[in-house]
Amino acid sequence: MTPEASTGSAQAASAHGASTLTETEARPASRSSATTWLLALLPLVLLGALITWIVKSGPAETVRGAGYPPIEKLSFQRVTLGADGITADVLNDGPDPSTIAQVVVDDAFWAFTADRGTTLSHLGRTRLKIPYPWVHGETHVVRLVTATGLTFDHTIAVAVATPMPSSATFWTFALIGLYVGVIPVAIGLLWFPLMGRLGRRGLDFVLALTIGLLLFLLVDAAAESIESSAMVPGSFQGVLLAVFAAAGAFLGLEAFGQWLRDRRSAARQAGGTGWVLAFLIAVGIGLHNFGEGLAIGAAFALGEAALGSLLIVGFTLHNTTEGLAIVAPLARDYRDGARPPIGTLVTLGLIGGVPTIAGAWLGGFVYSPIWSVVFLALGVGAIAQVTTQILGQVAGERPILRYLGTGPVLAGLTVGFAVMYVTGMLIG
Amino acid sequence: MNWSLSRRSWLQAAGLGSVIGTVGAVRGLAGQSADPHDTHVLGHGGHALGTVGNIDTSLFNPDTYLRSFNFSHLPDEQRVRYYKESPRPDGSLLREYEIFAVDREIEIAPGVKFPAWTYNGEVPGPTIRATEGDLVRVHFVNQGSHPHTIHFHGWHHPAMDGSLAEHQVLPGRDFTYEFTAEPFGLHLYHCHAVPLKRHIHKGLYGTFIVDPKGAHLRQGSGGQAGDVDEFVMMMNAFDTNFDNENEVYAVNTVAHYHMHHPIRVTVGKPVRIFLVNITEFDLINSFHLHGMFFDVFRTGTSKTTSEVTDTLTLCQGERAILETTFRYPGDFMFHAHQSEFAELGWMGLFRAVEAGRDT
Repeated sequence: MTPEASTGSAQAASAHGASTLTETEARPASRSSATTWLLALLPLVLLGALITWIVKSGPAETVRGAGYPPIEKLSFQRVTLGADGITADVLNDGPDPSTIAQVVVDDAFWAFTADRGTTLSHLGRTRLKIPYPWVHGETHVVRLVTATGLTFDHTIAVAVATPMPSSATFWTFALIGLYVGVIPVAIGLLWFPLMGRLGRRGLDFVLALTIGLLLFLLVDAAAESIESSAMVPGSFQGVLLAVFAAAGAFLGLEAFGQWLRDRRSAARQAGGTGWVLAFLIAVGIGLHNFGEGLAIGAAFALGEAALGSLLIVGFTLHNTTEGLAIVAPLARDYRDGARPPIGTLVTLGLIGGVPTIAGAWLGGFVYSPIWSVVFLALGVGAIAQVTTQILGQVAGERPILRYLGTGPVLAGLTVGFAVMYVTGMLIG
Repeated sequence: MNWSLSRRSWLQAAGLGSVIGTVGAVRGLAGQSADPHDTHVLGHGGHALGTVGNIDTSLFNPDTYLRSFNFSHLPDEQRVRYYKESPRPDGSLLREYEIFAVDREIEIAPGVKFPAWTYNGEVPGPTIRATEGDLVRVHFVNQGSHPHTIHFHGWHHPAMDGSLAEHQVLPGRDFTYEFTAEPFGLHLYHCHAVPLKRHIHKGLYGTFIVDPKGAHLRQGSGGQAGDVDEFVMMMNAFDTNFDNENEVYAVNTVAHYHMHHPIRVTVGKPVRIFLVNITEFDLINSFHLHGMFFDVFRTGTSKTTSEVTDTLTLCQGERAILETTFRYPGDFMFHAHQSEFAELGWMGLFRAVEAGRDT
């Protein structure tokens, strides 16, 4: 037993365990353990008492006065259109209970049913079925009138039948995911043989180009994620959700990368760093593409499918560059005509591209803005982690800023960003 | 509108939607029918239109209001608290009313409560009906939370106008309005405290009828004097979320009430409708009756019809007496001919039955 431990805190004493303590020393240790519990719980007990007092005395009610109307906030979740009319999932995002008294569609009172009743407590949900003869391609406004006469509107921008899960729609979404995610990434991978022929400056250029691409995606996805978070009911605190999902993805990928490196070095495999980096980039891009697939599927589900084909073309061009990003780090490991196993390339392509399909399914069939925020943010964290990894690797011993200031790198960064910017214009 | 693709939404704005549409991905998606119009024609069509549920008629019954004049719906012992009539030497009557303003939550559509300001707890307020030349005395008590007045349309001394700042009756105070009922016709009363818009649309209004001396019945529809079905219909509306636009329209407050509870009338028996427009915020309102025509007596101040029509348009504060007789048994729809108002609650049914039949 060290002298520090005997003079240390109660936690330290108890943490050292009974094996080295004599019986006389153990007694104060157990007493101090009870003290620890007391110290931990006392503030909680006081907090409970305070909350009870606040609820009972109601200081807010004293200020507001009697008869103050409840604070109501109803939030539309998923709204779908089908042969039997409009179905709307509604969430009470306000602190007080709220009752949906009537439903108005396009300025007309309309019949409706609610599967879980019309009175919703805080975060309570119900599904409204409104047998309204909506018109293909036109705009409709669904309005909820609460018992207190407040109104909450939802606009269906372009009414199209919501795709229902069937083998046909499943396949169509898979096809869209294939066009947008898998094939472009695979095409991008085909640049790999080119990499082997490049000199150091050429490789610097390509890696910098990759960084440019990733930085673009980073900013783009971050902006979309924050933007989407505005659509999330306030109770779910969309921005915090986004930031923590991003941070979680960043750290998660960091740990995952370390684990991969350890495993590979344990197995004494050659060319570890490049492969791990490529793998991490593929995972990051896969996460990002999942978010993208979600957006595309949701666009169809939300009646924004008029944006359809050009949007798909835009994403396809956009994502071809992602394949390049994945293989660029591998090029260092396979100089002079050496080639990685084809299986490795295929795996990387699938990791990067296939999540788009899953995203399109999720977005198209069970869309909710919360998913959108979370997955876009996961993509942000993943891309940020990957970008720092590449930067660290390519800069080597040099300070990163000095590396970024060299000619080929500057050119690569600019070209990478420009490519994304121009293909991004196709998307809008 | 566009949560996720806002960065891309300029495509729509730029009118590229049609170009995109031709590419065919939308149609190809999901194996939907090429013509979705065919796939979602609903079984019940228009029957799904309308409010859902029922109101609590123990607080306000539109059927009762429709045919109640000078508190005639109350039993005599209760009625004397609000209305007394006594003969005067010249053969006319002194009519005395007890009207009070009170804040009250009313139900304007099933389940939708509106924090109203009311006369005697009801919107519209009680219908006041006198004969030309009667002396009308209204004792007004303000039990509400804001200053109010009663401003009657009709001939009266400026001191009885209930419109200027000095006419305001403060909460807890009272005032007695007194005037001779003239001219004969269909008038109205409403609060004239400011802001006027809010005091009116919150519910402080009612109908004031002055009958001509002698025969009630005007020219036009025929039928026997004294044997007329009379209804008061105030076209009103409510701004439930206080954005200066109406969310709910009706005759006599309750949206679509008479769609579910048709007004019973008798084939061959003359009908007289006292129609008043008190709708706030919208410039005009209108009345349209299906399957028949009616004689119009604008402001009710002439015994000669000015117009025979099936659709009548009135500005806020305008009113007209309508007379007609149902020829056929069955249901006859009536509603604002602004479809928007009709679908937001201003729509009802007359159910005409043969004389001598109860069902």
